[in-house]
Amino acid sequence: MIAPPKPELVTVNIDGKEIAVPKGTNVIEAARLVGVDVPHYCYHPKLAIVGNCRMCLVEMGMPAVDPATKAPVIDPATGKQKINWIPRPQIGCGTNAAPGLHIRTNTPMVKDCREGVMEFLLINHPLDCPICDQAGECKLQEQATGYGRGYSRFIEQKNVKPKRTQLGPRVTLDDERCVLCSRCIRFSRDIAKDDVLGFIDRGSHSTLTCYPGKKLENNYSLNTVDICPVGALTSTDFRFKMRVWFLKQTNSIDTESSVGANTVVWSREGAIYRITPRRNDEVNDTWMADTGRVLYKQVKADNRLTSVKINGADSGLDIAVNAAAELFKAGSVAIVGSGRSSVEEQFLTRKLATTLKAPAHLVSRVGEGDRLLISADRNPNVRGALVTGLIAALPSAQLTELAAQIDAGKVKTVVSVGEDLAAAGLSAAQLAKVAIVYLGTYANETSAAARVVLPTLTVFEKGGTFVNQQFRVQKFLKAVPGAEGATDDLVVLAKLVAAAGGGSVPSEINTLWKTIAAEVPALGTMTFANLPETGLLLDATPWSALPFAEGETLHYKPTKAAQLVVGS
Amino acid sequence: MPAPAQRRIIFQHIDEPGYTNDLACYQRHGGYEVLKKAVTRKPEELIDEVKKSGLRGRGGAGFPCGVKWGLVDRKSGKPIYLIVNADESEPGTFKDRYIMHQDPHQLIEGTMISCFANNVKQAYIYIRGEMPHGARILEKAIAEARAANFVGPNILGTGYSCEIFIHRGAGAYICGEETGLIESLEGKRANPRIKPPYFPAVLGLYQCPTIVNNVETLCHVKYIVEHGGEAYTKIGTPGNTGTRIFCVSGHVQRPGYYEFEAGKITMGQLLNEVCGGPLPGRTFKAVIPGGSSAKVMRFGERYKGKRKLGADLVDYDWGVEDVPMDFDCLAMVGTMGGSGGVIVMDDTVNMVEALANINAFYSHESCGQCTPCREGALWMKKITTRMVHGLARNEDAALLKSVADQIPGRTICAFGEACSWPTQSFIAKFGDEFKGYPEAKKAAKPANANELV
Repeated sequence: MIAPPKPELVTVNIDGKEIAVPKGTNVIEAARLVGVDVPHYCYHPKLAIVGNCRMCLVEMGMPAVDPATKAPVIDPATGKQKINWIPRPQIGCGTNAAPGLHIRTNTPMVKDCREGVMEFLLINHPLDCPICDQAGECKLQEQATGYGRGYSRFIEQKNVKPKRTQLGPRVTLDDERCVLCSRCIRFSRDIAKDDVLGFIDRGSHSTLTCYPGKKLENNYSLNTVDICPVGALTSTDFRFKMRVWFLKQTNSIDTESSVGANTVVWSREGAIYRITPRRNDEVNDTWMADTGRVLYKQVKADNRLTSVKINGADSGLDIAVNAAAELFKAGSVAIVGSGRSSVEEQFLTRKLATTLKAPAHLVSRVGEGDRLLISADRNPNVRGALVTGLIAALPSAQLTELAAQIDAGKVKTVVSVGEDLAAAGLSAAQLAKVAIVYLGTYANETSAAARVVLPTLTVFEKGGTFVNQQFRVQKFLKAVPGAEGATDDLVVLAKLVAAAGGGSVPSEINTLWKTIAAEVPALGTMTFANLPETGLLLDATPWSALPFAEGETLHYKPTKAAQLVVGS
Repeated sequence: MPAPAQRRIIFQHIDEPGYTNDLACYQRHGGYEVLKKAVTRKPEELIDEVKKSGLRGRGGAGFPCGVKWGLVDRKSGKPIYLIVNADESEPGTFKDRYIMHQDPHQLIEGTMISCFANNVKQAYIYIRGEMPHGARILEKAIAEARAANFVGPNILGTGYSCEIFIHRGAGAYICGEETGLIESLEGKRANPRIKPPYFPAVLGLYQCPTIVNNVETLCHVKYIVEHGGEAYTKIGTPGNTGTRIFCVSGHVQRPGYYEFEAGKITMGQLLNEVCGGPLPGRTFKAVIPGGSSAKVMRFGERYKGKRKLGADLVDYDWGVEDVPMDFDCLAMVGTMGGSGGVIVMDDTVNMVEALANINAFYSHESCGQCTPCREGALWMKKITTRMVHGLARNEDAALLKSVADQIPGRTICAFGEACSWPTQSFIAKFGDEFKGYPEAKKAAKPANANELV
């Protein structure tokens, strides 16, 4: 890994605390570093600065210098350099750190400014917190409590605006709650590159709306809901479903593609209610695609596999594992691993393949990248399979090699780890010709044809790691308990390895990682527990010659991965 | 002391019988002779003349024009734009419209001289949307000037080329704020930009250095280049050079526009002698000296303090009638010269109703971008409207003041000041009327009162 370039540091003084920050850091971010909260609505670290909410007003001053001699002017009372305070408050978001910048956020003027802005924001706000989805994570609530006056002087009629506009298939807008911060407009214009939102009318009657004849329907529309500081933009899916303070947050990874957007899974009592992005400045900033947010619905999908089956009849796990072992004894086993499996599962799949001396195949899923957060490679973890040694070359979408071997009678048993072999190009006749051991979560043609079916867990029900397109190892954790009848993939794989004669391997993830670290050189220094929330970048040199499918996406350039390695 | 005579520099030919707005007439009166001479001089010389003249912008803020030109980033390599701010929208102000309607070539000549001085290749005249007639006149005038090679490629054979385009505004007061104007000119909503970083002189139109000058200011530039900056400083008073056009409206005998040397005439002379005093049987009550956003002055109040006169500090003790009409003196007494729109109110006016009128205007014109102005302006309007409709409360004056105090200095642009100063000053100076309004509302109106629209 290259060390990031050393930024030029400047020392600023915030509420009497000195701190060195990179030049150009704005006051809100600098204050955060010294533990001072500068309230704001329109400012967002990943969006253009417009300075329209006026909540982040602070007092600003610069050290006094004599205009003629340029010598510092010393205040005789304190013996320190005098500070020239600007009489008007300045916005923190638009004020960048400069040498000697002084900021005060705890003066009567700043307090008065905040109280004033809070009051103005609330006079035309419906104050319908009891039925508002944003309640509990609403900046307006938080800052009204923290910086507001606590009473209202407004006795006039409030403005009336549209209450439930469908901006698009996934986003519902309540204009009365809108504080006109324009974050959603800037996001749509600058990040999603789909400039469909804007204000109509003016003054206090300004109303957020979609361009006539257009809809907010790009695949990133729900990010506007995340960044909306109030309850104006709500997710049509999540709306009125659950109070956010009841929800448990679990860090996870988006499995849609090899970008590996960092996410948070929000669940309560074993049910997932929503998925939101988690900030990772090296991967997905604060965004994620809409398609990744509904993946939790797979947990309760109708076609979940919920019982172990041998030849179509319900059975028990150990009996089924033994039945699989019987099949293994005949030899001529082939293994189809998955780019959707975690690193740990791929490691155990490789163990199984080595034990059985079976060739391992992988199925690739290449689509078109959207240049933002969905890459061309729709498998989240092909690089994991490379790192663990499950495969040595990039996979193809069709299992033509395996099909030929089946036709030639060289393969008698196929172990598929979650891959639908029919979808990967095997005909019904080929499926019928071999004995199939299927580990997976959903019923499909392969599970129907399988001799042994071993139900496993979705990504939300287990922990593990993925290696994304940057060769970044990222961790996901168990958000909800596994479905009844399904078993953790690691347990199933460990049992299969043992049954195949590979000896005992741990199935508990932390213990397993000791084995992984010992056997996989690239992961040699890591433990599962110590993986940072934002992931660890691996040395990608061994694989730099492979023609990966990914094009450019946010924070990823195809050639850049190689460059990163050169400098390490 | 009798009022001095008018000194018409800009309005020299306005309303002159037989004077038409075509090129031939303009040239018969010496038109474009200044441009012809100017293009033979060095641009730096012209800028120096303007700097020497001490010319202050006539749009309202009174910012020195030469300083504004000096701030332009000339090293960026980007083109420099000049925008003529003809979005004259301040209630009470109607000077630029007359220049454009009756003497458009004066503006075009001033613009071309300023363009030449600043090496501008493209100028825009951003004219208020509600002035379609003015836009047509300017279009015609520019076509004439282009045909005569005063505008366009290779002007007067010098190799210097400059185009002028007319852009009609979309009907909003805020389009007159220079960064809002630039946004509007770029085809967006006229939301003013934050400064820093978007100072027009550095990051203006299309992120290029841009000069935005008022119509009247550019006409003064023509005069300055003709007569020299030195000569211009002899007109008016030090620090307030040149002439000022006062647009007097309201309750006087002879409302209209009058051009005087800045600071040489007092408010009393202007209203009583030039404008003929109050209407029969009435007395003056209040005057807003610089467009409706300026703070109101109450007749009968005294302004005391010290001011600089030459090198000395002298005491002054003025009534409203004694205040000299220039930027500095009006600022000293707590209001502003602004755009020169003098709005006069006599004793038939109820100040609560007058403020309700002003607040209705400003709440309608707030762009809605930043919170204090957007919400504050409408809230003040709602309060004053409620008062006028008979639901006034005794505490409304204090509430109005408190709301108004939460706006100025905290907004993106100067609209925050514009919308809150009337309320602040009305309450400060006519607080008694606001307190007594619930009772006054019940009493019958004076028979001779003018209806406020």
